[in-house]
Amino acid sequence: MSDPTTLTTDHAVQVASATPPAPRRPRRLSDRGLAVAFISPALLLLLGMSVFPLLWALYLSFTDYSATRGGQAHFIWFENYTAILTSAQVHLRALTTLIYVVGAVTLQTVLGFAIAYLISRRTHGRGLLTTLFLVPMMLSPVVVGLFWRFMFDAQFGVINSMLGSLGLGQVEWLTQQRTALMSLIVVDTWQWTPFIMLIALAGLTAVPKYLYEAASIDRASEWFRFRTITLPLVWPLLLIAVLFRAIEAFRLFDLVYILTSGGPGVSTETLSFHVYKVAFLGFNTGTASAYGILMVLVVMVLTQLYLRYLNKLKED
Amino acid sequence: MAVSVDEAASTDPVRDHTPPARRLRGRGRGRSVLEVALLTVLAVVMLFPVLWMIETSIKENRDVYAVPAKFFDFKVTMGHFKDVFVAPGGGRSALSVAFLNSVVVAGVSTALATVLGVPAAWAYSRFAVKAKKDQLFFILSTRFMPPVVVVIPIFLMYRQVGLIDTKLGLILIYAAFNVPFTIWMMKGFVDEVPAEYEDAAMLDGYTRLQAFRRFTLPLLLPGIAATAVFALIFSWNEFVFAIFLTSSDSVRTAPPAIAGLIGGTTVDWGLVAAASVVFALPVLVFAYLVRKHLVAGVTLGAVRR
Repeated sequence: MSDPTTLTTDHAVQVASATPPAPRRPRRLSDRGLAVAFISPALLLLLGMSVFPLLWALYLSFTDYSATRGGQAHFIWFENYTAILTSAQVHLRALTTLIYVVGAVTLQTVLGFAIAYLISRRTHGRGLLTTLFLVPMMLSPVVVGLFWRFMFDAQFGVINSMLGSLGLGQVEWLTQQRTALMSLIVVDTWQWTPFIMLIALAGLTAVPKYLYEAASIDRASEWFRFRTITLPLVWPLLLIAVLFRAIEAFRLFDLVYILTSGGPGVSTETLSFHVYKVAFLGFNTGTASAYGILMVLVVMVLTQLYLRYLNKLKED
Repeated sequence: MAVSVDEAASTDPVRDHTPPARRLRGRGRGRSVLEVALLTVLAVVMLFPVLWMIETSIKENRDVYAVPAKFFDFKVTMGHFKDVFVAPGGGRSALSVAFLNSVVVAGVSTALATVLGVPAAWAYSRFAVKAKKDQLFFILSTRFMPPVVVVIPIFLMYRQVGLIDTKLGLILIYAAFNVPFTIWMMKGFVDEVPAEYEDAAMLDGYTRLQAFRRFTLPLLLPGIAATAVFALIFSWNEFVFAIFLTSSDSVRTAPPAIAGLIGGTTVDWGLVAAASVVFALPVLVFAYLVRKHLVAGVTLGAVRR
């Protein structure tokens, strides 16, 4: 989209340097100056608030520094990393996170796409329906977490109350090993299904109408149309949404903090939550930094994947 | 960087895949009814928690804790909303201070991100910057860092320079998290404004900076407004940095303050609900205002239509 309108100035500079047309040269130089002046403040802020902290964390991850104990940080090289990678505790959290990410993102994708598909088939009230469905996504995780915590409450939660009136037994949603992680997945799904829905809907409405018309002239079955037209055309966009959600779910912290605080036991402790515990409750800053750096590596891999698909989508 | 998925608009109600006349015949009609029913059920499930939150916020305490839950016949009270703003002994409550802090922090950080991000987006869109793609990807990837990880060195850094438990500290980190978003989102908007306008203005004797300020910038204003609204929502809703970097009541923003309401042994759920409603309402209003740009907004400007 941008390519035809972008000015390729640096290419032009090379050509111009042979025989510089006198009046144009200073303007081109000021273009470069302008670009630097406009971009560098933003980049400086990012360097100061994102890159520098990460580099510091990288340094700390090779030491035994503790934020409470203070004192000198001693270099212990890869000890923190080996300790984390071989720790059974960490493996358990990685498994919890994996279950959570895969469970939540799968549910969201299926539900979100289904809703988008149903909405896209409506002729009337589509705008209103979309707006209504989008509400959960705009809420703060704090609000969402608090409210589901109230609804999940074993004593006066509305969910148990409804179960009770259906003649079913009471469930201690957030305080039982088996249901706590499930509840977390349910809440995340509730909040982020609209996200997938929104993007799937964007994809679905972009499918050219004539394709369906051509298919129905050929008397193609509905399923055939869905499989050969809808899905292939929406899939690239959907994949972006899924990857985006996967990254977000992997980083998730606030919902766990509010809903379960990792409990009961450690059954809902995700990697993010564990890092927090090591860093702020255990005050093993060095270990926590190494832990964090490893998480950043995972996020970087996922981000690369995301950006690659994004690029592919852009090129098509 | 903008992704264009043809020309469609999802909120446009006239567009549909199958002409209704064809669909409504025979078997199609039964299916259509089924689909509407399914959509209705899904909408009710999705909206129930929100409705329940609103309902709880206006219930008398006795009805809030009623077992079985009371759906309709409850006593209405505005007491919880009063408690959000007024302290029990009169005067301003801690929550209302927190709301005010949220307004300041979200507002200033958004302004900062806009001031830094918009010119950068324009420069990335108009000029051939060295390794432009890599720079843009680097910028976006800083936004994807897990906050819990970033907060550890930020915490140490702030402790060194005395920014712990200050609004300025929060403003800076929120601005840093919103700048990547602003750049990506705004670059899409700038790309949509033809560079020829500026070229033409420059032929008329304006400098490039003047051309930007007098011709491009006015055209970008709606985009800037939408982008700023999203940045505002992100900062308003943010919780992780707020809870780790601030502690005192006079600095704390609303999310940690509301979360703090459930700290004790008994929880005043009516108050929690009222505070949540007050907190969420502006977000919903703002989100409604920028609904046209939601897809781009929630994907950090990466996907556009």
